[in-house]
Amino acid sequence: MTKETAMNFKAATLWGMIVVLFALVPVLASSPYQINLASHVLIWSLFAVSFNMLWGVTGMLSLGQALFYGLGAYSVGLLVNYLGSAWYLPGIGIGLLAAALLAFFLGLLVIRVGGVYFTMLTLAFGQLAWQITFKWYDFTGGDDGIQGIMPPGLLGNKTAYYYFLLVLVLVSIWILKRMAYSPFGLILRCVQQNPDRVRFLGRRVRRNQLRIYIISSFFSALAGSLMVGVDSSIHTDMLYWTTSGEVILMSVLGGINQFFGPFVGAVAIILIEDYVGAYTEYWSLIIGTIMLVMVLGFPKGLVGEARRLIMRFGRTETGR
Amino acid sequence: MDASFFFTQFVSGLTMATLLFLVASGLTLIFGVGNVFNFAHGSFYMLGAYFGYQFVTVWGNNFWLSLVLTAVCVGLVGMVVEAVFLRRIYGRANEGGFQILLTYSFILIIDDLVKLIWGTEYKSLPRPQGFQGAFQAGDIYFPAYNLLIIAIGLFVVVAAWWILSRTRAGRVARAAATDREIVGVLGVNVPRTMTLVFGIATALGGMAGALAAPLRTVTPGAGIEVIIDSLIVVVLGGMGNFWGAWFGAILIGEVNAFAVAFVPKWATLFSFLVMVIVLVFKPEGLFATRKIRKL
Repeated sequence: MTKETAMNFKAATLWGMIVVLFALVPVLASSPYQINLASHVLIWSLFAVSFNMLWGVTGMLSLGQALFYGLGAYSVGLLVNYLGSAWYLPGIGIGLLAAALLAFFLGLLVIRVGGVYFTMLTLAFGQLAWQITFKWYDFTGGDDGIQGIMPPGLLGNKTAYYYFLLVLVLVSIWILKRMAYSPFGLILRCVQQNPDRVRFLGRRVRRNQLRIYIISSFFSALAGSLMVGVDSSIHTDMLYWTTSGEVILMSVLGGINQFFGPFVGAVAIILIEDYVGAYTEYWSLIIGTIMLVMVLGFPKGLVGEARRLIMRFGRTETGR
Repeated sequence: MDASFFFTQFVSGLTMATLLFLVASGLTLIFGVGNVFNFAHGSFYMLGAYFGYQFVTVWGNNFWLSLVLTAVCVGLVGMVVEAVFLRRIYGRANEGGFQILLTYSFILIIDDLVKLIWGTEYKSLPRPQGFQGAFQAGDIYFPAYNLLIIAIGLFVVVAAWWILSRTRAGRVARAAATDREIVGVLGVNVPRTMTLVFGIATALGGMAGALAAPLRTVTPGAGIEVIIDSLIVVVLGGMGNFWGAWFGAILIGEVNAFAVAFVPKWATLFSFLVMVIVLVFKPEGLFATRKIRKL
């Protein structure tokens, strides 16, 4: 077996294991709560992986992806609430389209400035959207949110909905992975490491940044719209900046330079949150400390550090 | 719109602008000198408000003494934080992002520590003696405390400008901003300078928090609102630019004050609107003296 086919084989095994594991959840679950938890894990994984296409791959630290996550959720929620549950699936499509459009126009504004400015502007616009949603009580339900949003027909069944989102999430993550290692993904990495050289090569830095901003926002909106059916509700917290912060934490914990880092981070955070959240109200103290320790001591994240250990003690192999 | 209404809103806007400037100036100072973006700067503002509450309301100290003590204490906390944590990531690849992540973790930690120590209920701070009333000119009232804040803000802006541009310490700080290494070679203890600048900047934020406490209520989570407002100010003025921050603060303060008077529900949108307009036409800020660094 050549090295390449060996790696393909490994990747296929990994994918197979993930798919089988998550597909078996409804069969093995002893309560609806576990299906709910697995849904959260999957959706947050998609959100974190799509966020990391911006941050880990392209080097654009956005603190406002909750805007698109919330946009996806609210377009489904509001359409179903005002026009009936037949609008559930069209609502997802409309939300995705709206997110891509908004990301295009917002991107034109925020990509003009680099580095820290980009981060803070995405934060500012995210908070703006949150404020509008929060204050427009008559339309959005404000702080109360909207409850009792049910997907139509077969999707109303929790297990069916779980398989629906499982397929969408895994396909999306697969697309994003293909993208990350395509020539486009390589250009994005170059944009992060050496924008000048990208220009020398005749590629446009800003255009590629805008593209990935739109793509990332599109999949963040998908994550948001899928969440509506899991919790049967929408709430302004989905748009709040801490939601954007949470995906950052997941990416940092898992490892920003590894494609599956954010995925692992999301699984870890959701499970920790589920376990620890029941015992303490000081959740942000805990995640703050985790973030502090990761940034100072383990900037490569869980997956990155694990890979380093394997490289050190195991056979020398070059993974990607 | 009559004159007294106009002046009332104007003074209220100026007060807000001054507080905003005190916070934003700290933010811009750390960024300008140390190239550090302190995302947690708003948390130091909040810490200042709580320290002020502790000194004045709980321990019954004099307001002025408490103001100084608050600034010193918050500055010390800032220096410890810089020396223990932030210093470790200087010069790392992708430093800008890690700075934000690290300071973001400070926000989370400080928010919860404040809740642990002072609880979640609203706190209030009385205005200092002699500044509870208002001056009257014709039929226009000027609240004394607001005028005091404006005066303090003016003093700080002039003092900071003077220190940065006319004293040796200021020159060293600005030189360190341009090239840390060369300044180090010339025999300046650059890490200590950075810690000191960080301390001064956070002290400014803390002072603003204590000054603002009698006008607003003191709550946990106030830090993030403040950081967004001061960020808008800094974007308007250009990062690292003192006078720019001052002008940006006045602009946002006044826009807010008049927006609150006319469309109270949607007032907060107007500062964003101003920011968007500036971003479209002059993304480097109204008074940018140097190009935006790509961190």
